Amino acid sequence: MKARLHPNEGVIAMQFQSPLSVEDAVAFLADDQNARILSGGTDLLVRLRLGHIAPSKIVDIKKIEGMRSITREDGGFRIGAAVSGAEMNENHDLYLAWPGVVEAAGLIGSTQIQGRATIVGNLCNAGPAADSVPALVAASATARIAGPSGVRDVLVQDIPIAPGQTSLKIGELVTSIFLPAQPVNGSDAYLRFIPRTEMDIAVVGCGVSLKLDSAGTVVQARVALGAVAPTVLLVENAAEILIGTQLDDDALSALAEASSSVANPIDDKRGTIAFRKDVSGVLTCRAAKIAYSRAKGTVK
Amino acid sequence: MSQIHVKTIINGDASEFLCAADETLLDVLRDRLDLTGSKEGCASGDCGACSVTMDGRLVCACLVLGAEADGTEITTIEGMATGENLHPLQQAFLDHAALQCGICTPGFLVAAKSLLERNPDPTEEETRYWLAGNLCRCTGYDKIVRAVLDAAKIMRETA
Ligand SMILES: Cc1cc2nc3c(=O)[nH]c(=O)nc-3n(C[C@H](O)[C@H](O)[C@H](O)COP(=O)(O)OP(=O)(O)OC[C@H]3O[C@@H](n4cnc5c(N)ncnc54)[C@H](O)[C@@H]3O)c2cc1C
Ligand code: FES
Ligand code: FES
Repeated sequence: MKARLHPNEGVIAMQFQSPLSVEDAVAFLADDQNARILSGGTDLLVRLRLGHIAPSKIVDIKKIEGMRSITREDGGFRIGAAVSGAEMNENHDLYLAWPGVVEAAGLIGSTQIQGRATIVGNLCNAGPAADSVPALVAASATARIAGPSGVRDVLVQDIPIAPGQTSLKIGELVTSIFLPAQPVNGSDAYLRFIPRTEMDIAVVGCGVSLKLDSAGTVVQARVALGAVAPTVLLVENAAEILIGTQLDDDALSALAEASSSVANPIDDKRGTIAFRKDVSGVLTCRAAKIAYSRAKGTVK
Repeated sequence: MSQIHVKTIINGDASEFLCAADETLLDVLRDRLDLTGSKEGCASGDCGACSVTMDGRLVCACLVLGAEADGTEITTIEGMATGENLHPLQQAFLDHAALQCGICTPGFLVAAKSLLERNPDPTEEETRYWLAGNLCRCTGYDKIVRAVLDAAKIMRETA
């Protein structure tokens, strides 16, 4: 028995379940506060190895029907909870509709991590700097949750409630993420600031989703920030600032100010509060410009 | 402790093993199956020394449970050479002196092979991004990248 395994090893044997249906998964999770759901495992297995968690049971959802597929639904996309970042990036239609969401998912870790990591794991791990979450919130994505009392759909922004904590109840799991139909003249973008060019944790992340009319005037806008508060932030007044504009300089400086002022970051070695607030404004404008030119059809 | 019975195909051969629920695929390969080519550098997904492919996808074996391998196909560094004949990537690593201590080498080779299977003619930038999850403390990376690009060229010419 290896000493480096989690402290409970040898005392209480952890179980491993690989259910084939959502009903079985719910049954395995029900009434067991210590059960953990395994999707790509890129957060869970690190925490298990570090001894941060000692689950009674691991429920692997990858063999459940539909968990690994991306399907069209009502003009949008339903992404199974076990679809990896690499699989999202290989789906051309998904990329054309929601390039920002796909790029955000593609920023998670290395090639090896991409082969496993899922956006549902990214969301349910509830890390403040999770890259895909601001992009999903900007896209008005919803999570489908199954549990002992049935199925419900919840806005992605209502899932994380504190660092490491979600609004899911015991026995519940996310089965898929739904991205709504992308309107004509609509698109999105995600940018993060990291001190390196690859393999780092966001100091600030920003997702922007815009819809324009045929003249190029903004008619819908959603902006979300990551890594600058305990949970993802929706910049509530972004819509008011951007709607009716063509992203002129005045609109952009008002947007930057709105983002900087809602950002509520911590001070640490990776960035001071003042720096993170400033970067929030700068990144929001850059992401908005990319989303705008994509929505206008000038770039995809 | 109850053990889990797992059936996989490893480097083309059917393979069965028993493992505990919290045992990683890397521990199974190294400690139960004597496939010690895959290395443990960090056990946290950061270094890539444990790179293997699972159903054709490059993954860190330290971030996969042994139990998850059930019903999948795994390839490891041990499956790379054909008998005594080195894979062109292995030969290129020797020719370019792309290794010093060698701990990172199996991971780099498995990752580079997976790149060339998808993209036989990668640019230097594509190669560096693909290999960003493989860390090397010795070489400074340049010789590794040269070796991969050279092996790609040789493989294209002989294909
Ligand atoms: C080397 C490395 C680099 C990384 N880089 C980044 C990065 O750049 N950006 C970033 O955001 N993250 C990064 N991460 C963290 C991690 O890869 C991501 O958060 C990833 O998206 C997690 O997805 P997963 O499928 O692997 O989750 P898992 O590890 O399977 O699960 C994560 C958490 O969510 C829960 N969970 C999983 N599935 C469900 C479900 N269906 N319903 C309810 N709960 C569920 C699990 O129980 C667990 O608590 C990195 C990790 C590593 C090891
Ligand atoms: S040992 Fe697996 S990534 Fe380092
Ligand atoms: S050769 Fe020593 S770590 Fe790469």
